[in-house]
Amino acid sequence: MNTQEIVTVTNLTKRYGDFTAVDNISFSIRRGEIVGLLGPNGAGKTTTINMMIGLARPSAGSIFINGLDVVKNPKKAQAVIGIVPDESNLYGEMDGFDNLCFCGALYGMTKAAREKRARELLDQFDLTKAGKRPFRAYSKGMRRKLTIAAGIIHEPEILFLDEPTTGIDVESARQIRRLLLDLKGRGTTIFITTHYIEEAERVCDRIAFIVDGRIVARGTVSELMESITHGHTLRLAVDTDLTPFVEKLQARFGDCGVELQSSNAITLTCKERIPLSPILQYLDGMGVSVFEVRELRPTLEDVFVKITGIEAARLRKEKEKGGLGR
Amino acid sequence: MKTWIAFWNILKKDVRNYYLKPPNISWGIIFPLSWTLMQMLRSYGGVNLAEIRNLLPGLISMSVLFGTTSMLAVTITFERRGRSFERLLLAPISLSAMVAAKLSGAILFGIFNAFVPVIFAAFFVDLAGINWGAVLLAVFLIAVTSTLLGLMIAVSAKEVFEAQTFSNFFRFPMLFLCGLFIPISSLPVFLRPLSFLLPLTYGTDLLNRWILGASMMSPALSIVILLGFAAALFALCQYNIQRKWIL
Repeated sequence: MNTQEIVTVTNLTKRYGDFTAVDNISFSIRRGEIVGLLGPNGAGKTTTINMMIGLARPSAGSIFINGLDVVKNPKKAQAVIGIVPDESNLYGEMDGFDNLCFCGALYGMTKAAREKRARELLDQFDLTKAGKRPFRAYSKGMRRKLTIAAGIIHEPEILFLDEPTTGIDVESARQIRRLLLDLKGRGTTIFITTHYIEEAERVCDRIAFIVDGRIVARGTVSELMESITHGHTLRLAVDTDLTPFVEKLQARFGDCGVELQSSNAITLTCKERIPLSPILQYLDGMGVSVFEVRELRPTLEDVFVKITGIEAARLRKEKEKGGLGR
Repeated sequence: MKTWIAFWNILKKDVRNYYLKPPNISWGIIFPLSWTLMQMLRSYGGVNLAEIRNLLPGLISMSVLFGTTSMLAVTITFERRGRSFERLLLAPISLSAMVAAKLSGAILFGIFNAFVPVIFAAFFVDLAGINWGAVLLAVFLIAVTSTLLGLMIAVSAKEVFEAQTFSNFFRFPMLFLCGLFIPISSLPVFLRPLSFLLPLTYGTDLLNRWILGASMMSPALSIVILLGFAAALFALCQYNIQRKWIL
């Protein structure tokens, strides 16, 4: 195992009878990075996370966290990990402060240490005022934040988050993303499952796409984008109808593909980066003024759709309707 | 030390969140009291205070049985439904320590229930001469085995109502089979072997010996059998938890 790797998953498989929920997946997580597992409902995200935290037994394969074999010795591994499940599962009867203290106690923290840390976390998560209110009286966003706080009360080396922003308001989701980046800044390694492509793009250093229990693509955001980009594309918006000029442009810039987008917009696609001045000079010479030039890059959503064949909008709707999670 | 901190806090949380709630305290008091009064009226055709001592072993056993089995099965099923139980499963303490902490709350509740009829009786009859240390030991052993039965139910049930239904399926036959109010010698012959398969029989027999001075078996044998039941039930519960809760 590479010393930089804090998590190594090898040939991990989970079967329920004839159904294979996770099918022979392997990946690793380096210390201090945020890795996202992105996929639709039922893809195997939660099953994967459950095996990694010791809540489900793999049918085959191995998981090592910080050098500890999770399959053989889950309790030792659980001491160095923090867990934020997909549902806020703290105790409704207890207030925020007591919930945090209880979670600290489960990790063997002394009374003084857990109370001090609970106060710090309530402050960090903007929940100090709500600290003495019962958890059941919290809004969804507040519940989520307290659940994350509970997951890090013992300052774990690696934090697992299952769908951390599902079903909460935009502002809370934004705040949670900031908190995740802040945790990363403090050296915490984070493994996150999500169905929000834009969330993965914003917070993750590396992403894996999981569909039907298999990892179908992985890499950094730019690596994934490059995997579907074949060249560089420029989009030019002009003041004139370009229809009569398309053939001329194609003849002049033979190495590029020229495509009319609308009557006054074209795209040029080349294998190499496209120098701008010859194009501008050429169009200017023909009396065409260019108002806007933009390099077109695929989004992570384009990559996801291209690789998985699943429409990103459908992915979001499925989850928000409360479809089957796994 | 870390395990002890976790153990103590799980126990404290259960006592605060469940056992010290007004409905449970009132259940713990009213249920044994009603049974005491009902038995007194039923058995003797009127309130015969002098006979209350004879009812004590059965009433104590029943109070412990009902207190422990209902509470543990319901609280665990409730926590599993809300998924807060996952927090306990994912804590870095052994499964045995976590289960022992959950059991301890129910055992304490059972012991509290056991002494409600005793306190009630103390107002009306002379309870002098009873070895209360020995009675406490018997109550403790009944509470442990009954709580473990409650845990077995909790492991099997998915919903709170299922836990309650399963509990009653076990508990009500035990009222009649374990010598609480009907001596085992009075049961039909074919039912008697069944009585000896139930831990409550041995617990009630211990109480009979230490409260009334008469029992079927030697106390030492009953204690050994109860400890055996406790160990076997604990192992079985652990096995079932590993199999059913860690999927």
